[in-house]
Amino acid sequence: MQNILSVQSLTKKFDEFTAVKDISFNVETGSIFAFLGPNGAGKSTTIKMLTTVLKPTSGEISINGFNVLKEQDKARASFGIVFQDHSLDDELTAYENIVYHAVIYKVPKKEREERIRKALEIVGLWDRREDYVKKYSGGMKRRLEIARALVHYPKILFLDEPTVGLDPQTRNSIWNHIKNLNEERKMTIFLTTHYMEEAEAIADQIAIIDHGKIIESGTVEEIKRKTETESLEEAFLKLTGRDIRDENNEPANKMRMIRGMRGRDRH
Amino acid sequence: MIEVIYILWLRQLKHYWRSKARLLGSLGQPLLFMITFGFGFGPMYTRASGGANYMDFLAPGIVSMAILFTAVFSGLEVIWDRQFGFLKETLVAPISRTEIMIGKTLGGATIAMIQGLIVLSLTYLLGFRIHSLFSLGLGLIFMSLIAIFFTALGLAIASKMKDMHGFQLIMNFLIMPIFFLSGALFPLDNLPSAIYFISRIDPLTYGVDGLRGAIAGMSTFGIFNDLAVIGVLSALICAIGTLLFSKLEA
Repeated sequence: MQNILSVQSLTKKFDEFTAVKDISFNVETGSIFAFLGPNGAGKSTTIKMLTTVLKPTSGEISINGFNVLKEQDKARASFGIVFQDHSLDDELTAYENIVYHAVIYKVPKKEREERIRKALEIVGLWDRREDYVKKYSGGMKRRLEIARALVHYPKILFLDEPTVGLDPQTRNSIWNHIKNLNEERKMTIFLTTHYMEEAEAIADQIAIIDHGKIIESGTVEEIKRKTETESLEEAFLKLTGRDIRDENNEPANKMRMIRGMRGRDRH
Repeated sequence: MIEVIYILWLRQLKHYWRSKARLLGSLGQPLLFMITFGFGFGPMYTRASGGANYMDFLAPGIVSMAILFTAVFSGLEVIWDRQFGFLKETLVAPISRTEIMIGKTLGGATIAMIQGLIVLSLTYLLGFRIHSLFSLGLGLIFMSLIAIFFTALGLAIASKMKDMHGFQLIMNFLIMPIFFLSGALFPLDNLPSAIYFISRIDPLTYGVDGLRGAIAGMSTFGIFNDLAVIGVLSALICAIGTLLFSKLEA
């Protein structure tokens, strides 16, 4: 099977700190790929590089056959993304936000209305389309961002923690829709999440990243077998340890351990 | 391409139109300058120049001022886009950085033009008159070039700024000197050589001089020289802005 996304020796350094260290992986066309890891492991940095937001220090990325660094616009047209943090224009209505997206992604004019309507109905915001985004709750904003990312029918959809802060009903409906997109349109899904049961239920392939390196990858079954655990959550905790992570600062004892291990200082 | 530029432009106009407080607020400063300087220095100017009307001299300067500040602010708005996360949405889209630069420049410049036109109509109330439609047309060309240049400058600066902390620095050490040394308020004659030099490398000097030549019939460098200078500078800053945008990381 073909790979829609292929990553070779990807590295990102911020000053002295290496957020992503020489990672390589492939995502098969039409699969659902879950990219898991504790906070600060390098997930978001990786997604930012894959989606042209950040330039890698070194390494190669190819999306849909296009080199992300050299054929940026062709690569960009091939993917959709739901960012981890807020990326809507609060001063526009929900509908205007999606129209803006449809235009800059060059969705054919005659299909626009229908696609926008469908996307908004899926996330249950069609009736609220004329409201300003600043009046939306956090959950509604997230739903709108997901609807927006679907409008241009990307070949591969990046979802950076798409269901954070949503109620179970919305989460369920979003995952159902993502599954449908994957099955009916053969859209490849690349997602990160902290909900292991969601990843376990939906993902064909999983990669677990920690401290900027991929420490395990395979199907859910393979990972469970290798780690001799019963669930993905147990496997995840066994692989990444039980220490609590912060986004930017690791616990002091962990820091010392890492410094000792790597012989390198973070700051 | 045209539609992408249009939607970027439209977004900025919607922001402008929906924020009535900003619309009115940004008229306050030019109005204040026009009234206080106009009436304050008017008699002095008339005496020194041997009978000329200061309002004729000042009006083009105040119109330029309104355009300058609105344009720079519109350009710097990109910093808010970055802080609120919306910039990412535009930057990961499969559109060229040139389209983004053109759309945003035209958006900001249109808003600045509207502000400039409002101020221009207010000068009418204070007795300023444009004598022919040709003068007005020529004046509009200068107004748009000033608007384009300074929006693009704002955008170029914004592409290098991570947040609004540097805002005061830009205003007090770049935009205010550009305004005060452009000849908007007083003639650039008999100046100390350092000030003279700065006023000659100030892009707004040529904008103000050209606009004044067009609508008030007073020009130091000649309208066509002004047109050439501000025209070339506008093209240049748009090119620089596009280059900086292509290196932008959200």
